[in-house]
Amino acid sequence: MSAEPVDTRAQRTLITPEGVDLRLKIAEAGQRAGAFLLDIAIILGLLIAMSLLALVGAGLIAGLTGGDAQEGKVPLGVEIAAVIWLLGAFLLRNAYFIAFELSPRAATPGKRVMGIRVAARNGGRLRAESVFARNATRELEFFLPLAVLGAQGSGGENVDGWMWLLAVIWCSVFVLFPLFNRDRLRAGDLIGGTWVVRTPRQTLAPDMAQDGVERTARFPFTLAQLDAYGVKELHVLEDVLRVRERRTMRAVADRICGKIGWTRTDDDDFDFLSAYYAAIRGRLESRLLMGKRRKDKFDAP
Amino acid sequence: MAELKLKSQRFREQREADWRRLEQLMDKVEKGSARALTDDELLAVPVLYRAALSSLSVARATSLDQGLVAYLETLTARAYFFVYGARSTLGSRFVQFLVQDWPAAVRALWKETLASLAVTVMGTVAAVLLIIQDTDWFYSFLDPDLAQGRDPSASTEALRKGLYDAPEGGGLSFFATYLFTHNAQVALMSFALGFAFGVPTAVLIAMNGAMLGAFLALYFSHGLGWQLVGWLSIHGVTEMFAIILAGAAGFRIGWAAAFPGDLDRLAAATAAGRTAATVMGGVVIMLLAAGLLEGFGRQLITSDVARYAVAGATALFWGLYYYGPRPRGVLDVG
Repeated sequence: MSAEPVDTRAQRTLITPEGVDLRLKIAEAGQRAGAFLLDIAIILGLLIAMSLLALVGAGLIAGLTGGDAQEGKVPLGVEIAAVIWLLGAFLLRNAYFIAFELSPRAATPGKRVMGIRVAARNGGRLRAESVFARNATRELEFFLPLAVLGAQGSGGENVDGWMWLLAVIWCSVFVLFPLFNRDRLRAGDLIGGTWVVRTPRQTLAPDMAQDGVERTARFPFTLAQLDAYGVKELHVLEDVLRVRERRTMRAVADRICGKIGWTRTDDDDFDFLSAYYAAIRGRLESRLLMGKRRKDKFDAP
Repeated sequence: MAELKLKSQRFREQREADWRRLEQLMDKVEKGSARALTDDELLAVPVLYRAALSSLSVARATSLDQGLVAYLETLTARAYFFVYGARSTLGSRFVQFLVQDWPAAVRALWKETLASLAVTVMGTVAAVLLIIQDTDWFYSFLDPDLAQGRDPSASTEALRKGLYDAPEGGGLSFFATYLFTHNAQVALMSFALGFAFGVPTAVLIAMNGAMLGAFLALYFSHGLGWQLVGWLSIHGVTEMFAIILAGAAGFRIGWAAAFPGDLDRLAAATAAGRTAATVMGGVVIMLLAAGLLEGFGRQLITSDVARYAVAGATALFWGLYYYGPRPRGVLDVG
């Protein structure tokens, strides 16, 4: 959370009708890829399970009907199993993404795990045709490149090496498309008018000033000592307190003591740091109410 | 001790219960559907959402508690997507799609449809001319999987049997399903390829026309041409129309990406994508219908007259559905 430059680069303005900027964050390419790989793994798993079921089912039905193995005649049961398998595979390949992204969560299981979801780029509601468009384009972005790569593997003599290389380059334009634009749009996002944003489920973290305010009496800081730092340093301190790692706290406490000229009489770093955090936050927030936001320690107090 | 607390802490304590209630409702919604909420809860969501949104504004301006601001940002974003998200049920959306969106989108693509038809006809004619000159061309247009022995080496008698008898090996419905999934995948691909400025779409559509041409040339040379047309057109009218429409959808996207006109390229592609995707939803349904017609109709209806009648009826149906006059303004939900 302290990596602010990264956050502002991924941040996009989305003004709600109430006039508040939600500051949505665009999903990173890594998150997108991770979500997609998860989904593909799920689809493959289902496909394998379905194939096994179809095989067992076909065997059972063939066994029940007495196995009328006439010349060249496919038993009915086997055929039904094959039809169901074929339709199931078709649905998995095409409907899996669409159905999940049309649900209230607007995310496939993979996306849910990564804490991202699909949203309309214009801030309006996500339309069915947008979801359809962004997923129909997967043919071009994933299945076609896969087929091209496979073409070299299976029928090597039919496909000319150079033609194959050109095809791979041509395909990779679409595969790598998200890496070459600011909003990480796939070709499908572009056509569907969608983008993928981060909506992690976050629980309300405890307020780190809670411990500190009770100790302010034990640590009477002067105004000059509280003016040593700005908002940026306060946020770093907040992170340190949340992680509560002993050696980091010791180093930070030493650093602060040196800077503000405080001689420690106690030896509990957390007590000292939380008290300082609460005091400095109170100071900065009261300045904030007066319209002065002190960015960091270099900003004039 | 209360005076010792910071203003931002008191702010948080006063509102925390409402935020938690909203979070709990959002958890419930995201697990199931909107129907998971009772009426009271459904009414409470917008109020809680606006309260949380105003808390977010206040917190950004007055609180330096990062955890709080981050929490409120994700909470309000989740609630925003629910409050302003899609409301209509899947059923009513589907009805609107059938009654209005689908035919309207097809009509909007009439120019592209004509272009796609022209490319198909060119592919067909080219294949016929080439095969008349040299029958070996047949093999370069047809996948052996799809031909299933119906190639220039087959006898007239064998070809005739294929048109009128049930296939010997069974596997009819399997073959129909295979054809449906295959065709749907080709259609989706020709839509997706539209993104590459439509050129690969044209190639795919022309190849499809060429396959038809290859069959026509083969059967006409055996004097079975009209019988083949009858056999094919039971489902072929629907299927070819669907693939032509898929090509049209691809062309629309390619054209918008190449020549955006007054809009900027991104907006043009998005607008074109919306119409084209609606058409594609319809195309998949058409291909399913074609698959059913093929599975049941082709071997059950063996009279040429009946075959042509079915073909004519489907052509009339699709023609009226898409381009026929319809009452105006009755269903302007849009």
